[in-house]
This record gives sequence, structure tokens and C-alpha cells, in this order.
Amino acid sequence: MAEIRLENVRKVFDRKVVAVDGVSLMVKDQEFTVLLGPSGCGKTTLLRCVAGLEQVDGGRIFIGGRDVTFLPPRQRHIAMVFQSYAVFPHLTVFENIAFGLRMQRQPEAAIRQRVQEAAELLHIADLLERYPSQLSGGQRQRVAVARAIAVHPEVLLMDEPLSNLDALLRLEMRAELKRLLRDIHATTIYVTHDQVEALSLGDRIAVMRDGRILQYDTPLAVYDHPANTFVGGFIGNPPMNFLKGMLRHREDRLEVATSGGTLEVPEAMRSALLAQNRDDVIIGVRAENIEPQTQEAPNTLRGTVLVVEPLGSHNLLTVRVGEEHVKVSTSADFRPRSGETLWLRVHPDKLRWFDPETGQAIRGE
Amino acid sequence: MEQTRPPMSQRINRGLTYLVALAIALWILIPIYLIALAAFSPRQLVYSWPKPLLPTSISIETMRFFLTSYGVLASVRNSVVVAVITLFLSLLIGAPAGYALARYVFRGHHAFQLLILSTRAFPIVILSIPMAVTFINWGLYDTVLSVALVHTAMALPTTVLVTSSVFIGIPKELEEAAMTLGCNRLQAVLRVVLPLALPGLAAAAIFTFVLSWNEVFAAAILTLQNRTLPAKMVVQLNESPIPFRFAGGFFLLVPSLLFIFAIRKYLFNLWGVKLK
Repeated sequence: MAEIRLENVRKVFDRKVVAVDGVSLMVKDQEFTVLLGPSGCGKTTLLRCVAGLEQVDGGRIFIGGRDVTFLPPRQRHIAMVFQSYAVFPHLTVFENIAFGLRMQRQPEAAIRQRVQEAAELLHIADLLERYPSQLSGGQRQRVAVARAIAVHPEVLLMDEPLSNLDALLRLEMRAELKRLLRDIHATTIYVTHDQVEALSLGDRIAVMRDGRILQYDTPLAVYDHPANTFVGGFIGNPPMNFLKGMLRHREDRLEVATSGGTLEVPEAMRSALLAQNRDDVIIGVRAENIEPQTQEAPNTLRGTVLVVEPLGSHNLLTVRVGEEHVKVSTSADFRPRSGETLWLRVHPDKLRWFDPETGQAIRGE
Repeated sequence: MEQTRPPMSQRINRGLTYLVALAIALWILIPIYLIALAAFSPRQLVYSWPKPLLPTSISIETMRFFLTSYGVLASVRNSVVVAVITLFLSLLIGAPAGYALARYVFRGHHAFQLLILSTRAFPIVILSIPMAVTFINWGLYDTVLSVALVHTAMALPTTVLVTSSVFIGIPKELEEAAMTLGCNRLQAVLRVVLPLALPGLAAAAIFTFVLSWNEVFAAAILTLQNRTLPAKMVVQLNESPIPFRFAGGFFLLVPSLLFIFAIRKYLFNLWGVKLK
């Protein structure tokens, strides 16, 4: 059992740069959590605090119920994979993988067996006698992962392990990592700035900005119900569309008026929106939840096609709605000309609502 | 069959490079050769003119005369002892300082670096009298240890700066990886950093050894009986016959050459050249 619990962790550099600003996080035993955020958001620093490579300036860190806040890395039962791999250049692949086991003073036979196991898991069993300088980047990456899992860690920490690989290799390693990590039953924290990696690998994603966690939830929830406009804009490709709107009453219904048209407010949102005590609101909608129509219809937004980008599996349209640009994802055979007028239909359940001042999501019942 | 050959300009360039390399090598090697030739020629040949440029008659008579002269062997032993003590002391003190400069950000980091360099700006001539007095007070005057201490002080700035750049070149993550795999900081340094730093440390060691082996002034001032070889030579040279001077010159050269030869593999390694 090794759940990771962070309580109010703070890390300040040079007495003024706040890298991690009071983060609390709970990673359940054997759960795979991804720390996701733009560069400089403090995600790597937070990971290094968990590893013990940085001393925290406040808060507590627990691993498996044990307070490890002031323990050195070697006493935390962790293993870490570094962005630069950090494979030891003066040792063979075998000795690299065996390094942690030798430090544990395991008997020679056990070392051989566990190195072999780890090497086979990562398909590098035929490279054991080589030196790192004789390996490709992808192979070195495998050595780094094998070295980490060979010690059978309770907690596995990974710092952008795929970011130095080329695109094709990254795709391959991503799937392989997912299989591997399911099999080794370690609690994992994985740092990345790549939202696709985060969505595809994580059991839960913690989206970070400016040293804080903005949202901590399953990939689907983070994608579908972003906690604020930043998360919506950071996750997803293309990012979530945001439009300014004004609430108004029409007969006994509530509507939101945008520069492109008026949309009905679903009943479930009504009370939450009225509770805001203000008329303006930001609505968010994902590109794939917009259905473009060539005929005028009520409850749609009128817009002009600016750009059509055929992407093979689908087409990406940039549509100008009033003052704002909206990305629309359509099927590959729907190819409007630029300049054409379209009416965009959005399913009311797929609309997301945000406070225009704080950017925070407004949730309905 | 026509073979592909590099274009003319490229071949000329390569030829020029070799020519320059050859010129530099000859510039250094010819004097060494002439000294060696004179050191191993019979005495009357050294006085003759024009001198033969090829080893027509080899004799170890001059060398034997030099080595059996009174006090030479003892001063050779002194020189080696001083150089070895200097080498160990300067690495022992300098390498950890270099490591600290490379790894830790602390208040006064840059000032410290400058301060180290500025010790080189002090002329040893000015320091020599107070130093001699201090060593007399300490009872260290006229001992190899006193010379080794001064040589260590002279070598330390280079050692600190060279080792610090060596440690900077070793990624911090390697140490951190070792620490996550069960090492404490010292173990991480011993098992990962030190093996990787070895070529650079060897280079620093050569500099130190050669510096101490060749240093004349401090050695001459701080000793009377227990002279190192250069100190003894500098005092005796003017009163010595010419063959003696050549023999002494050659003998002074040899250790530096051997030392560089022995660790040239590490040196080339440091400079990124693979030696088969």
C-alpha cells in the first residue's frame, strides 16, 4: 500500500519565486496520476519534492501513511525516471539496471533475475552488455525505465519521460508504458506538458498553473467539465471555444445572447446562473460538439467560414461568430467554402458556463 | 573504375592542416631531440662544432656523470616526493572546492571564484621572505613538506577551477538518479560522479605535477640542503660543464613526458578524441 498524500506543499526558490503554492493532492494506491500544465507551472518541482530531491518550504508529504517530508530520496521507496534519462554512461546496461539492486545489497542471483525480468519487459534483454553511448535515444529511455522498475518501487515518479523522443517513437512508447505500468502495480506520478499524453495515460489528471492545482479529476471529467476557462483552453486540441454572452429572460425561459445569436439555457443551469446575480457569462463549447448547418434555424449561432483545414479524419473549420472565432470539427465530407455562412447548433447539455470575472465554471444541478 | 575523390579545395585544406600540425610538433620536438642527443653523446662531441644532427655515437657517460654527481639523486627523490604530495594535497582540497562551486549556489559564489583566481595575482617573490620566516618559525624550513605546501597553494586555483568545470560537465541528474536508487550524496559522488570525472581529474593532476616538478623559485628559497632538482640545477647550472647542463635538462624533461604519455588516453578522452 503506497498512497501519496500531499498536504499544503510549498516550495519557494531564492526567497521570492513561488514554484509550488500550497498544493494538496491525494494519489490512491496503484493509481496513475498525471501532473499536467504549461512549462513553469511547478509540476516538475512538485514531483521533485515528492522524490526528496527538493526540500519543501512548507507542508507535509506522506507516502504509504509514512511522513517522508524530511527523509532523503533513498528512504522514500521511490524510483524516478528523468527527462534526460540520466542513464549512467560509465556502466553497461546490465549494471545500470542493477544499480538500485546493488545498493540494496541483493544477492547476485536475485540481481541477475530481476535485471533480466526488467530488461525483458522493456525489450532490451539483448542490449545488456552494451554501454549507453552505443544506444539510441529510445533504447536509453527503455534502460531508464527498466532501471526504475527493477527495484520494485512502491512509487514511480516520471518527469516528462517521452518528451525527448521523436513523434512516432513517442506514440509507441506511450502505449507500451500504459501496458507496463498496469502490470507493475506501482503508484505513479507522471509529469507532462502534453495533454494528449495526460488524457491517454492518466487515471486522474491534476492540471497545474502558477504552482497551484486547478483541477484534479479523471481525464474525461477534466476534458468535459473543465473547472475554469484555463483548463478548458489548455486541454483538448483544438482548445475549448469561449464566447461572451448576456443572460436575459424571454417569457418564462432563460436565454443567453451572443454576438452570433441567441441560445436557450437548459433548465438544469437556470438556478445556478441566476444565483450569480449578474447578466454576463462566458459560454464554452468544444469543437466536436458543434454541428454546422447550411440552413438558418432557431437556437443557432450565425457565422462566416474563415478557414477550412482538411485533416483527413475530419475537417477543422475556423468560423467567425460576431467578433469571436470559433473552431468547429466536422466530418471529412462536409467541406464548406470560405466566406460561406453557417448556422452552428450546439446541444444544450454540451454547453459549459463560466464566471466572466474569475473564469471559474458554473455548475448546474 | 573512377573513384570518388574529395574536391581539390578540401584536399588542400586537409594538407594545410597536417602541415601546421607538423610544424607545431617539430617546434616542440626538435629542441627535445637536440637536448636528448647532447645528453647521450660522448663529452668531446658535445664540445665539437658543427654538432652532428644524427646520433652517430651513443654514450651514457654524460648521463652517468650527471646522475652520480653529489646530491643529484637525493634532489630527484625530493622533487618526486614534493610533486606527489602536492598532487594529492591539491586534489584533496581542490576537488571538493571545485565540486562545491559546480553544484551549490551559495552567497558569494562569484566573489569566491574571483578570490581564488586573485591568489594567482600575488607574485611569489613578494611572499617568499615572510613565507621563509614563517616556515623557520614552524620548524618546517628546509623540508620537502614546506615546498609541497607552497606548491599546493600555487596549484590550488587551477585545480579548483579545472575540477569545477569538470564537475559542471557531469549532469546533476546522474547524481540525483543515483540518490533515488539508494545512494546518499557521498555514495552518489563516489559511484557515479567520480568515475565520470576521472579524466578531468587526471588532467588537473598532470598540471599540478608538472607545475611542482618545474617550479624553481619557491623551492630554491625554502630549502638549503633538501633541494628539489630544479632548485639544485638553477643554483649549480652556471658553474657546471655543458654536458652536465644537457644531461640535467633532459632529465628534467623526462617525467613530464612520461606522465603525459601515461594519462594521454584520459586527456584525449577529455577532449573528445577516441584513442584506439
